[in-house]
Amino acid sequence: MKKVELRNVCKSYDGPPQVVTNVNVTINPGEFFILVGPSGCGKSTILRMIAGLESITGGQLLIGDQVANSLMPSERNLSMVFQNYALYPHLTVKDNIVFGLHVKKVPKEERKRRCEEVAAMLGLSDYLNRKPRHLSGGQRQRVALARAIVNESPVCLMDEPLSNLDAKLRAHMRAEIRQIQRKLGITMIYVTHDQMEAMTMGDRIMVLNKGEVQQVGHPLDIYNHPANPFVATFIGSPPMNVVDATVAHNQIHIEGIKPIDIMDSQLANKEIIQVGIRPEHISFASKEIEDKRRNIVEVVNVEVLGNETVIAFKLGAGEWMAKWSGQWRVQIGDRIPLEISYDAISVFDKESNELIKSPKVSDLHVFEHEVI
Amino acid sequence: MMTRGKKWTFYILLMISAVVMFFPTFYAFMVSFMSSEEVMAGKLFPSELTLRNYQDAFDKLPLLHYLMNSFIVSISVTIGQLIVSSLAAYAFVFIQFKGRNALFFLFISTMMIPWEATMIPNFMTIQQFGWINRYFGLTIPFFAMAFGTFLLRQHFKTIPKELQEASQIAGLSRFQFFYKVVLPVSKTSLVTLGAYGFLTTWNMYLWPLLVTNNESVRTVQIGLKQLQAEEIATDWGVVMAGVIVVVIPTLVLLFAGQKQLQKGLTQGAIK
Repeated sequence: MKKVELRNVCKSYDGPPQVVTNVNVTINPGEFFILVGPSGCGKSTILRMIAGLESITGGQLLIGDQVANSLMPSERNLSMVFQNYALYPHLTVKDNIVFGLHVKKVPKEERKRRCEEVAAMLGLSDYLNRKPRHLSGGQRQRVALARAIVNESPVCLMDEPLSNLDAKLRAHMRAEIRQIQRKLGITMIYVTHDQMEAMTMGDRIMVLNKGEVQQVGHPLDIYNHPANPFVATFIGSPPMNVVDATVAHNQIHIEGIKPIDIMDSQLANKEIIQVGIRPEHISFASKEIEDKRRNIVEVVNVEVLGNETVIAFKLGAGEWMAKWSGQWRVQIGDRIPLEISYDAISVFDKESNELIKSPKVSDLHVFEHEVI
Repeated sequence: MMTRGKKWTFYILLMISAVVMFFPTFYAFMVSFMSSEEVMAGKLFPSELTLRNYQDAFDKLPLLHYLMNSFIVSISVTIGQLIVSSLAAYAFVFIQFKGRNALFFLFISTMMIPWEATMIPNFMTIQQFGWINRYFGLTIPFFAMAFGTFLLRQHFKTIPKELQEASQIAGLSRFQFFYKVVLPVSKTSLVTLGAYGFLTTWNMYLWPLLVTNNESVRTVQIGLKQLQAEEIATDWGVVMAGVIVVVIPTLVLLFAGQKQLQKGLTQGAIK
């Protein structure tokens, strides 16, 4: 297994606007690393630069300990799964799987053995003699996956491999890809625009926007301590509510709700800030809660998801979302009391967009190993 | 759904057109069994079925030799066209180079120049090479064909870019990608182009007439003309017998090719 290292990697297409700017990251051997961001953020470009399908216009790419900038794609010793699978339509499943081995002149016996092994692992044994056009979407996906892992390359790249599947199959393949990656211990670099895939699959995530790295870290760290409002709103569903606010008299003033008392000194010397709060951290204000912390808001939409309820409500000029567990029988137009506490909010600097304070929520259920 | 009356009208019209279309072929077939007297009498059916005209056609001319020549020429041109056109189309689709589109349009614009207009320079070239009365003279001028390149380019463009990228990662060279992936995937277009090339060459008349002046490499179409002109009064029965013999390979190719084509065309459609 190999590490992949990017040092100040840049990309531009004949001209100054850079599509990817100064990416610095070391992807450890055997790590499941996810590149995530909205479309056009440069995540696929980074992947394609690692694969050698795009040239690198600045910086260095290291695969293992070798500088790989000018290596041919085939010399980089990696495998890749494409969004549309890129199966060879004229070859059977079996030939598709061993295609790369054939080129690398792996002996016939060995090819057969590896092909059968991989096919068994992915449940393709019954389809080996079929052509790709006779397979369903999920099966094609598996063939593409089989073709990537049969090479036993130390690094595997995936470019939105699940985006053509329906939701149920996607959830299933998510788990399957994760398990295979663990079992084989390959270094996986995975591109997606789906923050849910990123959260559930990655050992580490890199969030990108407009060609720039926003944050790199463990999924939960990113969720709990988003580096800036972009990451805060991109990761998490429904997204974090973010609004402009001002600080005065040791209180945070947000349009539409009562001032929030500041409990510590983190916000000293700040005047204009951005406040963010996760939908699940907005709490229902019961009758016992003192009046100055109760905010009455008007409900504009309710989505009951069985075990939780997403409530959209008007606040100031915008619309906020709250997510509560349980089934809340709230009607559109109802006025409900909410509490937004200082502990629940994230605060970002208005100018630098940097995180100043992250939430300390007691009901953030964190279970460590000791509990179990 | 069509009404019954409408359907009848359509079918009657179709039948009439079919008869009109097929009549010359049918009449040629019938004449090939008739003696000259019967042809002159304007009969539609021969009084007896004899193969005498066929016998005569083969006796008067080295027809088999001509057929052989035609086969060699047509097959060489077909293969040559397939190789040259597919390689050119591959370059136009899969290899990035400056001025690619401009070059392609220049290439395509040669389709607007009629072949007859280039005949004289072509003839001079062939003559200079000393290729008169040789297979080279009959075949090589037709290898590079803008139409074939265009047809294959259109098909190659439908091949997803990812296939090329996947083979790059797998370690295929450009040429390996060409013959291991691009050619098999484009089988349908190759068959179409092959059939087209074969038929055009098989039916070619003017060029073979120019570059051959003896029997050695002469093709069958010129042979037919010879049958017609050899005597003062043309024995149409013999000429038609020759025509039928010449048409047979074309028909065989059409039937065989059609099946292949249909197979190829429906392949992608059914999931």
